Amino acid sequence: MIRFTQVHKRYPGGYQALKNVSFEIAAGEMVFLTGHSGAGKSTLLKLIAAIERPNLGSVLVNHQNVGALKERALPFLRRNLGIIFQDHKLLFDRNVFDNVMLPLQICGFDYRESHKRVRAALDKVGLLKREKSNPIALSGGEHQRLCIARAIVNRPTILLADEPTGNLDTEYAHEIMAIFKSFHQVGATVLISTHDESVLQNANGRVLVLKQGELQPVSVGLIQTQSQAQA
Amino acid sequence: MRHALAQNIGVLRRMFASPLVGVLNILVIGIALSLPAGMYVLLQNVQGWVAQLSSTPQVSLFLSMNAKTDDVDKLRKQLERHPAIDRIEFVARAQALEQLKQSTGLADVIGGLNQNPLPDAFIVYPKHGAVQALQALRDELAKLPQVELAQLDSAWAYKLEAMLKFGRMMALILASLLSLALVAITFNTIRLQILTQREEIEVAKLIGATNGFIRRPFLYFGALQGLFGGIIAWFTITISLLVLNYQLNALSQLYASQITLHSLSFGDSVTLLLFSMYLGWLGAWLSVTRHLSKIEAH
Repeated sequence: MIRFTQVHKRYPGGYQALKNVSFEIAAGEMVFLTGHSGAGKSTLLKLIAAIERPNLGSVLVNHQNVGALKERALPFLRRNLGIIFQDHKLLFDRNVFDNVMLPLQICGFDYRESHKRVRAALDKVGLLKREKSNPIALSGGEHQRLCIARAIVNRPTILLADEPTGNLDTEYAHEIMAIFKSFHQVGATVLISTHDESVLQNANGRVLVLKQGELQPVSVGLIQTQSQAQA
Repeated sequence: MRHALAQNIGVLRRMFASPLVGVLNILVIGIALSLPAGMYVLLQNVQGWVAQLSSTPQVSLFLSMNAKTDDVDKLRKQLERHPAIDRIEFVARAQALEQLKQSTGLADVIGGLNQNPLPDAFIVYPKHGAVQALQALRDELAKLPQVELAQLDSAWAYKLEAMLKFGRMMALILASLLSLALVAITFNTIRLQILTQREEIEVAKLIGATNGFIRRPFLYFGALQGLFGGIIAWFTITISLLVLNYQLNALSQLYASQITLHSLSFGDSVTLLLFSMYLGWLGAWLSVTRHLSKIEAH
């Protein structure tokens, strides 16, 4: 589903965010991406959505070389992805319902059907009662859940989450991880970047560790065995 | 379809959220458009009068006051044989006086005269309407015996026609300049709109919006702004003409004749509105094309 082959990413100014990163994620897999802040987690997710492009190497998503996609083709790649942004990127000039409606509007989805889907997505994240509220009136955890609802509303095959539990207390974090798990169970490929220990401890999937832009194959096994030992 | 409608209405509602700015923009566009369009209307009117006054060129031959009936008959035969003349019309002095009384409202003045001051006259309709041919004919006829004066009646019409051409060219230049201004106004408005909706555009791009999807409401906005500007221009012209006609009416009553300014025809009105709409759309298109590519999500 997602394959990185010797990917290098250097930002203008010389900062080397990713060095020689290669890995593969199969369809339907749930994978965690961890590492210190600045290790390149966000960059890696951005490469998948073609928000950034690699300097070297190839990023394949659904057998498509994302790094070489034409500008015109980008929207259609992104419609297959559900992205939960670190800074949520919610729109405060419209209510909760319309925020979730946006991806369906963009795809030109059937009007009636889209209402049902928005409600279903909001129900899934527990925000159905807040559909008329402005996002500004929501708490941090609710922002996160709203962002998830928007990401899942057009039922993407791949779900990317950048620090979805950052700044949330443990209870909220568990709720949110449960939502991701339920998505994983219905067949979505899920990639979650996190540095939250409690999330990793309960992770029932592969863990990729980034350190200064490089993938650490050894510690992957380490954490896996650790979490298996705890489980 | 309903999505597109909902989306566009939503965007437009946000765009018109600051009504004062929107209204001012539309007013500027409307006034800018009404200048060349108003000039065009005035020129159309003048042209209409000219056409009414002298539809075909003619040469008037005024005979000397002491011309006898024999002389007139001789002259008539001569004119009828002339190859460059289509037909002629004879206006006897008494008849001419009668016409003058009826057409200009100077009956009182004329009634006060104790002698008819008008000569007999022939009105000559030439076969060809070219200015040079007419002048040659006039010169030739002036030399005939008993002809006191040969006057080319449409000469002034040609001069006026040339002046109208000049006026039309001026209107065209004005229209071009102000159209450019309209495009520039829309360009700038849309640029500001894009800046204020930057966040929304960024998010929309991130979740798979095509450029067409993002561009569409801005194009609609530009076209609508242009259309409203066109409507303002139409009303400006129509109302101005109403006021002018009111004054003109009083004036023309003094001269005992009827002059009115006609407003834009239906076809011209539609053209004005479509053109202003197109200019607004064009300004928006230029602006969106230029500014949208700069917004890339990070």
